[in-house]
This record gives sequence, C-alpha cells and structure tokens, in this order.
Amino acid sequence: MLTVEGLDVAYGDFQALWEAAMRVEAGEIVAVLGPNGAGKSTLMNTISGLITPRAGRITFLGKRIDGAAAHVTVGDGIAHVLERRRLFPFLTVRDNVLLGAHNPHARPRRAETLARVEALFPIVRARRNQLAHTLSGGEQQMVAIARGYMARPKLLMIDEPFLGLAPAIVHEIGILIRRLRDEEGLSVLFIEQNVELALRLADRGCILESGRTILDGASAELLQSAEVKRIFLGDLAL
Amino acid sequence: MGLTLIFGVMRVVNFAHGEFLMLGMYVAFWAFALLHFDPYVTLIVSLPLFFALGWVSYRLIMRPVVHASHNVQVFTTVGLSIALQNIALVLWTADARFVRTSYYAVVVRVADAAFNVAQFVAFGVAVACTAALFAFMRWSYTGKVMRATAQDRQASALMGIDTDRVYALTWTIGIACVGVAGVLLAPVYPVYPTAGLQFVLIAYVAVVLGGLGDMAGALLASLIVAAVEVAGSYVIGTAWKEVLYLLLFIAILMVRPAGLFGQRGAEALGT
Repeated sequence: MLTVEGLDVAYGDFQALWEAAMRVEAGEIVAVLGPNGAGKSTLMNTISGLITPRAGRITFLGKRIDGAAAHVTVGDGIAHVLERRRLFPFLTVRDNVLLGAHNPHARPRRAETLARVEALFPIVRARRNQLAHTLSGGEQQMVAIARGYMARPKLLMIDEPFLGLAPAIVHEIGILIRRLRDEEGLSVLFIEQNVELALRLADRGCILESGRTILDGASAELLQSAEVKRIFLGDLAL
Repeated sequence: MGLTLIFGVMRVVNFAHGEFLMLGMYVAFWAFALLHFDPYVTLIVSLPLFFALGWVSYRLIMRPVVHASHNVQVFTTVGLSIALQNIALVLWTADARFVRTSYYAVVVRVADAAFNVAQFVAFGVAVACTAALFAFMRWSYTGKVMRATAQDRQASALMGIDTDRVYALTWTIGIACVGVAGVLLAPVYPVYPTAGLQFVLIAYVAVVLGGLGDMAGALLASLIVAAVEVAGSYVIGTAWKEVLYLLLFIAILMVRPAGLFGQRGAEALGT
C-alpha cells in the first residue's frame, strides 16, 4: 500500500537519504531499523510530508504523495506519531486526542472514534482533564498513539514508540500496536533502535545505514542474518 | 493584547503594531471629519476593514517571512512600521489632528477620580475585547487549534491543521484588535503619523513583563505598569512617568528574566 523508491532527501548541503526504498503492505507491521543518524526519522518525516524530498517517489494507495503538505497527507490516511510523543503540553488529554481527528476525513466520525479509542486506551478517559505535560512518559506515549488513531489512518507511523520507557510499558505498548493491526486492520510502520525488540514485534524489517536502505526482509530472516549482527554489534561480535 | 496574541502563536514580534493603531486613529478621524461618523459608529464599520487589512498584510508581507529567522522578521516588521509612518506623513501631513465629539468635555466621576467619557468607554471596550478573546482562545475549537499550533507547529500539521491558515487568522485577529484600539483612542489623544509609538512602548513593556505570549500575564502586567505610571506622575511629576515604569521593567527583568509569569525559553517554544 505504501511504496518508497529512490528517495533523496537533503538538509541544505547535507544529504540524509540516498535512494532510500521501502514498502509496507496492508495489515503489515514493519520496523525501520538502523544506527543513530541513519536517516530513519528523515524517512518517516518525508513520508508524512514534513520534509519535501529532492528526488524519488512515494506512492500510497496508488496516489503519489511525495511533496504533499503534512496536513493533506494525514487526510489521505497516514498518521504520524513523532519522536518523543510531542503532545500539546498545555492542552488537556481530551483536547489533544480530539485534535487528532482534525482532518476532514476523520472529523465527521470523531465521536464514534473517540469511543473506540477510549476502549483501546483506558488512560485517555481516565486522565481526560489533565494537562498533557503532567503525564508520565509511558502515559504520554499511549495518548500520542491514541491521538494518531483518531485520524482514522490506514497506516500508522510511530517514531521510536519505546524510547525511554520501562520494560512493563514497552510490553503494554507492543500489545497495543498488535491490537491496532489485528482488531482495527491498520498497517503500522515504526522506528526502533533495539533490533531484538523491533523484530519480535514486526513482520518485516527495513534497515538503513548512512541514509541508504541496505536490507529489507522478514523478521525471522533478519534475526539470523550475519549482516544485521555486523551493523548493530560491530565486527567483533562475529 | 493583539501583540501578545501574535507573538504567542506565531513567535513574531510585530514592531509595526503601533502603526496599525495609528491607522485606526486616522480611520476614526477621517470618518469623523468627512462623514461626521461618531467614533463609536466607526468602531463597528472599521472592524471588517481591519480584518481585511490584517489579512491582506499577512498575505503580502508576513507570509513569506513567517518561517524565516527572527532577524528577517524583525527587519520586516520594523520596515513595515517605517513605511506606514511615512505613508501617513505623505498622505495626511505631520499635523496633529483631533476628534472633537460633542461629549468631549463630559466627565464621569468614580469615587473622587474623574474620567473623560471616551477614556471610560475605551477602557470598557478593551476589557470586553480582552475577555472575549481570552474565552475564544480557551474554549472554542478554533482557539484550541491556535493554541496547539503555538505549542507545536509540526505536530499540529500532522493533525491535519493548515498552520499557515492559523497564522493568517492569528495575525488578522491581532491587527483587528489594535485597529479597534486605535479607533477607541482617537477621541482621547491627538492623531499624527507617529502616534502609535507612545502606546506601543508601554504595550511592549507589559507584554515582556507578563511573560512573552502569556495573555493573562500581559493583562496583569499592563495594570501594574499603568498603576506605576499614574502613581509616579502624581507623586514625582508627569515628566518622570516613563522613567519610572522602565526602571521597574529593568528591575523585574534582572530578578525574573522571563517576566513575571513567563517560563524561561518561552521565546523558543513552538518553533
């Protein structure tokens, strides 16, 4: 449903992505892996429209979306949860979540989606009148994912959903991501540095190094791959 | 109020704010001189006029620089300020003009203090506008969209919010507020091309003292500044009133660099 081909992205003179390519099929959970500075967030930001690529094409459900503005792309069915959750700190949890359904495609169904979200994420209801910045990191991540779901996307992209969270919360969010796929039929694309954790959750992984896609394969394959061990553990580990 | 709204949402300090106030005063003057409109009738007519002026000035002048660096924005709004002052000078000369209403000399007495009717009305309308704007920002959906954009522009765009439209709306409301203020002040103060400066200096002090972008803080700070100004001119002498509140301003900023109610780094939030 999502295809990225030959994507070049640069910040001024610094080129962050070199002919990056990847795809996500309907109902798939895909992990984007790679060391710091590999271009994972840049890839996601370009898909959602926050960055305009220099070259290449991004197609979503048969429509070209590269270079489209972010507020348009979300209406096409791609929700993007930014790194470090980025809730609106001085708005309540309820207002944060309601703003998630701002796009014209989700707005008419807002009440119905909210009821669904409150069932999936009990915290959204329990903490509805609290200002977002007063929540713990794990709670904020739940609300951020809930806000992403409010857009009624077909593809949910989450940048580092597990960053800085306690193991119990990591487990809980992993289960939620699975439920979003199994019960709501969403495709999920997420970024994670921890290979083991990522590939246990994802069906497939896509590995970036220095702005290039170097591997793309099923999770089970990648977990066995010597190349993956080289990238993430260094040559010594072999 | 318009100044802190524009800064709060767009992170742009509008140095041309006083000139829009001046334009408001001229609108009131010409409507009075040519059409014999009472300034309070002009108030209603000028509201759509200033909404239009705000929207057009955003499209033509602010939109290209809204994502540019602070230096560019400062040059743009200072340039706009100088341009508007000189356009007024060429069109309407440097002469001070007055709006002399029939009730010019009527005075309202409140517990020993005497107020000019026009001052009294200006205060009342200002309080009403502030309350309306505050309620709008706090409770309306559009107000929430504007606050969300102020707090995190990227995340807002990902919600489907067209942040450029939010900026246009914010600028327009800010200009409309100050235009209305200009019309209200015209019956009280002389109208001339640099008339905006005297008001906007005190407005900057109030906005910075209150904590940049904090509307409630700016309101409270403006009351403090006004109290110091009035008390100072009564006790020490009218010539000293600006000195007094600017000294207070420096003193408070030395103790609390972010203003009375501001949080540090407010100027960077939302970029």
